[in-house]
Amino acid sequence: MIRFDSVSKSYPKQNRPALHDVSLDIERGEFVFLVGSSGSGKSTFLRLILREERASNGQVHVLGKDLARLSNWKVPQMRRQLGTVFQDFRLLANKTVGENVAFALEVIGKSRVQIRKTVPEVLDLVGLGGKDDRMPGELSGGEQQRVAIARAFANRPMLLIADEPTGNLDPQTSVGIMKLLDRINRTGTTVVMATHDQQIVDQMRKRVVELERGRLVRDQTRGVYGYQH
Amino acid sequence: MRAQFVLSEISVGLRRNLTMTFAVIVSVALSLALAGGSLLAREQVSTMKGYWYDKVQVSVYLCNENDADSDPNCAKGAVTGQQKEQIRTDLEKLRVVDKVYHESADEAYKHYKEQFKDSPLADSLTPDQMQESYRVKLDDPTKYRVLQTAFSGRPGVQEVQDQRNLLENLFNLLNGMNIAALFVMGLMLVVALLLIVNTVRVSAFSRRRETGIMRLVGASSFYIQMPFILEAAIAGLIGAGFACVLLLGGKFFLIDSWLAEKIALINFIGWDAVFKVLPLLIAVGVLMPAVAAFFTLRKYLKV
Repeated sequence: MIRFDSVSKSYPKQNRPALHDVSLDIERGEFVFLVGSSGSGKSTFLRLILREERASNGQVHVLGKDLARLSNWKVPQMRRQLGTVFQDFRLLANKTVGENVAFALEVIGKSRVQIRKTVPEVLDLVGLGGKDDRMPGELSGGEQQRVAIARAFANRPMLLIADEPTGNLDPQTSVGIMKLLDRINRTGTTVVMATHDQQIVDQMRKRVVELERGRLVRDQTRGVYGYQH
Repeated sequence: MRAQFVLSEISVGLRRNLTMTFAVIVSVALSLALAGGSLLAREQVSTMKGYWYDKVQVSVYLCNENDADSDPNCAKGAVTGQQKEQIRTDLEKLRVVDKVYHESADEAYKHYKEQFKDSPLADSLTPDQMQESYRVKLDDPTKYRVLQTAFSGRPGVQEVQDQRNLLENLFNLLNGMNIAALFVMGLMLVVALLLIVNTVRVSAFSRRRETGIMRLVGASSFYIQMPFILEAAIAGLIGAGFACVLLLGGKFFLIDSWLAEKIALINFIGWDAVFKVLPLLIAVGVLMPAVAAFFTLRKYLKV
């Protein structure tokens, strides 16, 4: 599903590479936590998967495609097979919940009939059934994140990328979001989630990949957030 | 591509940037009106050239008795019958010459009287003061020099005068004005382009959230850019529409109702010339902003 072959990424005007010689395989259906302190390279790792950045060295394969050799105009096609969720939800404040989900389908050219059928389905799935007409501002943070997850999942992606999805939420709400992501994972979707939330990682007991100053320092199945000293 | 979606995006975008859109429309309208005006002025010059060059002749003035004292070319006195005949046959032998008319002193006097019948000058001249001349019509009016070198300074010839020279001054003036108009148009066009680039930039910035989401869910760059490009093109189209109205108004009010009444001598351009220019203005008005928007977006809307 995702393969990193000794991938390095340096940004111009920075001495230390953001990622240094990272090799990693993520299989179909896995749930992977990406942990590490700020500046450890988590974001760069995710941006490489989304091909917002290109690797300076090494190869990144996502969904069987070598991203270095993927031409620019084919990138949107690839992104349609990924779902993305962010800490700040990234909803459109002037559109209703239903319209926010529909927007993602509209801009990739889905038919109106398809959209009308899909939107209530995914909203049901994330536990927001019947809230189509609410505005994002009227919802709690947790509910807004559910809308974002519904939008990311509307296209039934093979891979869901989540960048600190619980970063803005209280612990109780976070648990709800994690349950939802777990459920999505069980439908066969691979989930890669960057997080700082120790409690969640320790509870879920999934694979944990730790980055430190751009290097891969730990890759543990059924791991915990940090080493217990 | 869902038309409804694109249309609503465009109308939102145009309204959000109302002041900028207005500036784009005005500058596009002005620059295109100037462009159209200068195209029409050029057309006018060539219409006038065609009209006048048809009528214009080269005059070969012959010496009369009075010129003997005043003009060194005629120092040997009035033209003789033999010289006159020789000049005529030589003129007709030249390949550039189409027709040769003879104007006698009496005829010249008559024409003069007609032309200045209201002026006290008309009575001050007598027929014997007028000059005899050959009026020569050329196949190609620009070949005037051939005639001049062949005949000026010849015994019996006072002067070879190309009436075209008088018109040339007028045409040069018109051409000069035309170049000035083109220069102003160029400046306006640059202003319009900069405004478009800026408008698109602001527009892209104010919608970066939407476009960011579009990018994430895998909308094609065509889909993301289309609303911006159409926005620019629509503003350009409205500007071009105003430019067309300005030109049509100019033709109707300035030329037909005013100039044509005042100056009956000049043959003005017709409506067909105006209508030929309009599609060009509209095409430029739509394409230029669209292309400018496209290249702006490549820089400010990374995919």
